[in-house]
Amino acid sequence: MAGRKLFKGNEAVAEAAVRAGCRYFFGYPITPQNEIPEYMSRRLPEVGGAFVQAESEVAAINMVYGAAGTGARVMTSSSSPGISLKQEGISYIAGADLPCLIVNMVRGGPGLGGIAPAQSDYFQATRGGGHGDYHLIVYAPASVQEMVDLTLGAYDVAERYRMPVMILGDGVLGQMMEPVSFPDQMAPDRPAPEWATRGARDGRTPRLINSIYLKPEELYKHNLDMAERFEKASANEVRYEEVLADDAELLLVAYGTTSRVCRAAIEKLRERGIKAGLFRPITVSPFPYDALSKRAKSAKAVLTVEMSMGQLVDDVKIAVAGAAPVHFFGTTGGVIPKASDIAEYAAGIVGEEVR
Amino acid sequence: MVEEIIIAGFGGQGVMIMGQLLSYAGMHEGKNVSWIPSYGPEMRGGTANCSVVISDEQIGSPIVAEPTTAIVMNRPSLDRFEPAVRPGGLLIYNSSLIDRAPERTDIRVIAVPANELALELGSDKVANMVVLGAYLKATGAVSEQAVRDCLSEVLPARRRELIPLNVKALARGAGLVS
Repeated sequence: MAGRKLFKGNEAVAEAAVRAGCRYFFGYPITPQNEIPEYMSRRLPEVGGAFVQAESEVAAINMVYGAAGTGARVMTSSSSPGISLKQEGISYIAGADLPCLIVNMVRGGPGLGGIAPAQSDYFQATRGGGHGDYHLIVYAPASVQEMVDLTLGAYDVAERYRMPVMILGDGVLGQMMEPVSFPDQMAPDRPAPEWATRGARDGRTPRLINSIYLKPEELYKHNLDMAERFEKASANEVRYEEVLADDAELLLVAYGTTSRVCRAAIEKLRERGIKAGLFRPITVSPFPYDALSKRAKSAKAVLTVEMSMGQLVDDVKIAVAGAAPVHFFGTTGGVIPKASDIAEYAAGIVGEEVR
Repeated sequence: MVEEIIIAGFGGQGVMIMGQLLSYAGMHEGKNVSWIPSYGPEMRGGTANCSVVISDEQIGSPIVAEPTTAIVMNRPSLDRFEPAVRPGGLLIYNSSLIDRAPERTDIRVIAVPANELALELGSDKVANMVVLGAYLKATGAVSEQAVRDCLSEVLPARRRELIPLNVKALARGAGLVS
């Protein structure tokens, strides 16, 4: 493939955002995603953009709020504790119907936790995270190239549904280097959206962007409108991948880095004659409930694998809805599950339920 | 062919760059590659490692738990990774700095007096390249030529004048392995 380069995930997601039209980045440092702001501080001035290291995460997300209101393509990134700090701002941005890109390279929690990779922010990412009835569109890439591809389309999706898009990575995806290719072309310049606040000096009617609706009926209507847009996103934007799922008696469900380890576990299981397959959500919000529901009907058992104490497994249970028993294998705190441990656990399930 | 390699040593011994060189060279040979660093609070003097996978097929897991090869540059890394090597795998250790011999008998073991050989060439900074040369000769995972071609991509500009010395070090390490 022409132009393949070895890129760290963090640098790749930053470059992809720039190629997608991102011109403004506001952030605050935290491991394991520091290469994103570092890269942006160098790269954005080259394309006429601006990088700001804010005084805090709270300041950074509110700068995103302000800049997104002008219709510009704007981004912030952080890791778990920093994303928690940003939740108030994310709720305001969602409430104000503004598109933006947020990257979370998840590390172990709760609290300051550790700096090693984890998937324990799944609830926070997929259930809104801040207060109020809202959703983000959340992508969970499993490779550096996929992170690039999803980021390239992220602003179009965020603008189509007027809601923030989140890339949910983890320490491995941020730190890992893999070959990637980028499109040669930058996203074309686009006219300011009809809702952007850029000054009404030309005599047009002033526009207002905020998230306050003091009349209950109006806020109700606003919430219905947001829900309708998310429903449309659920119909159009859901993505998933299946590996060896057609004849799978044991269906593993995993996303991101963990799905990579599951691929290796499935290979081990197949070598032992156990028909195992993988269902991998690529959008974790909206979640591919229908597709997983269909797939689970042909499996004898389902095993959710994640780097948390059990969060994805809730969505898996909603989708499977009792069609097959749903098992859980988790590691947390920054520990990455071993393929051999997953295979061993899976083989135990097969002994009980598949044979 | 799937090579799953762990390279470990003190921060400053150049273990990350060994892994990156392997990854670049593999990519240029048209293979699938991945590289993951340990990214704890390691600094100069602490122990650091990276995992590299080089494969003709799509890479499933980039996480290496049971390496086909472990390259260890110091004693703590030998203690940690010797038990992890897959039976039948390869262990290359820097015998200049490691004061014990490996105990495993079910794997191939290659001792490389890397710091001594590098000093003979002019600088013990290229001890990592001596070891890498031995690894390339022992496994053929990627060609020595491909690694040579990648030196200018991986080394920072201020180190480019050291490329000829690095090339010599690769050859010296390769010469150790029959």
